[in-house]
Amino acid sequence: MGAAAGTDTGMVVIGAGQAGLQVAESLRAEGYEGPVTLIGDEPHAPYHRPPLSKAMLCGEAGEEQLTIRGPEALERKGIALVTGVAVESVDRAARRVRLDDGRVLAYRGLAFATGSRARPLPVSGADLDGVLALRTLDDARRIAAALEGAERVVVIGGGFIGLEVAAAARKCGRAVTVLEAADRLLARVAAPPVSEFFATLHAEHDVVLELGAAVTAVEGASGRVSGVRTADGRLHPADLVVAGIGILPNTELAEACGLTCDRGIVVDACARTSDPLVVAAGDCTARRGGDGLLRLESVQNAVEQGKSAAAALLGKERPFTAAPWFWSDQYDVKLQMVGLSAGHDRVVVRGSVAERRFSVFYFRDGALVAIDSVNRAPDHMLGRKLLDRAVVVTPEQVVDEGFALATLVR
Amino acid sequence: MAKVTFIEHGGAAQTVDIPEGWTVMQGAVRNGVEGIEAECGGSCACATCHCYVEEEFLDRLAPPSQTEEEMLDSTASERRTNSRLSCQIKVTAALDGLVVRLPEAQS
Repeated sequence: MGAAAGTDTGMVVIGAGQAGLQVAESLRAEGYEGPVTLIGDEPHAPYHRPPLSKAMLCGEAGEEQLTIRGPEALERKGIALVTGVAVESVDRAARRVRLDDGRVLAYRGLAFATGSRARPLPVSGADLDGVLALRTLDDARRIAAALEGAERVVVIGGGFIGLEVAAAARKCGRAVTVLEAADRLLARVAAPPVSEFFATLHAEHDVVLELGAAVTAVEGASGRVSGVRTADGRLHPADLVVAGIGILPNTELAEACGLTCDRGIVVDACARTSDPLVVAAGDCTARRGGDGLLRLESVQNAVEQGKSAAAALLGKERPFTAAPWFWSDQYDVKLQMVGLSAGHDRVVVRGSVAERRFSVFYFRDGALVAIDSVNRAPDHMLGRKLLDRAVVVTPEQVVDEGFALATLVR
Repeated sequence: MAKVTFIEHGGAAQTVDIPEGWTVMQGAVRNGVEGIEAECGGSCACATCHCYVEEEFLDRLAPPSQTEEEMLDSTASERRTNSRLSCQIKVTAALDGLVVRLPEAQS
């Protein structure tokens, strides 16, 4: 790319998703005036990914509405957006990246925001027509189109993506079966009361839930899917299969150029990699911390690491240490989560599960570590403060609805 | 299309055309309006698209849902009687000329 301001070769951001966009815009917000190039391999300007598994599947939101920042708005900020182009290689010694359209860009600072991809189904038949995964806008387009003609949908995976797709498919009036290998839904992220709540919720919406269901094969005829076989020998008929079995961080490019990677591009709290000129942000990272490596797959992580990464490229320290938060929308239920519940030894419920308004508070060695809130936004927003400030909360205070937890953060 | 004017905390104004059916937030972020973060993309889960709606337009808006009500209690800047989350305001022809003011901080 041409005219660098003076001798500044500029900043290059690989990946134009939520994290990459944040790096580019935060560079400007921090006052950087040199060239900024944002490179995305998808053919779209940066867009919001969360609605892909929700409003987008039922035609409730058009594609244009998902745009985070239009090309014109980026141009006004002096951010050169390159779409539909992948980075082929990075030469850290020469400080250059090579694009698959033949261009070579020099950089003074480089950010990896390469994101992640859907974990492929490791069984035979995964390549049949009608077997889809959800990660990109184009994936959502394919699933939305397939839903229109589908009668029976099988969702593989009872995590956030799988359950949101199941809810959307029910909204479209399709028959839905969810196959989950674990003995409860959301097993990786939530406690049993939350899992049970969502199992009941989906059953009430006539979703067939199969727990402990290990998928052995996807079956079909003439190249098209006809069903999913589970280890108990049963065939679950389907004309559309959506797999939501997790994601894999895109670390190949970083590994190829010798950056330290371990289930993600390893970064510190300031988003710095093993190369002082290179930062990384979002799904592609694994952050070093007190408890080892932390992989977060969330909007908040993309945004906060993006801000940290931009600051780091300009020689500033802006650590991201806030409690992680996540959310999921299914039917008319909003689940909001803050903190990390792994390793908890006590669970306390505040509110009423029957009335669909409750929060599960997780304690570890007597300290609050996480809160999952179902239709209780105030608990969630308060929880962010409680966790970020390491406020002492007791299980007794949590169960006592008469006790206003808000008084603890004033 | 409806014309919506965003007035930043510092006083700078930007008017954008937003198609009917879009939310005010979607029109703002697409056009790069400063002062609307909208981290969650419109799920009413982050309270970072807070705005103050000019009084004359308030009763032309559908009332806030319970979730929006609750999230408005957690905005980074002061909640006022005309506070709304812009991701929950659907643009209609009746909102042509809408003016919203943006708070000092979203997060």
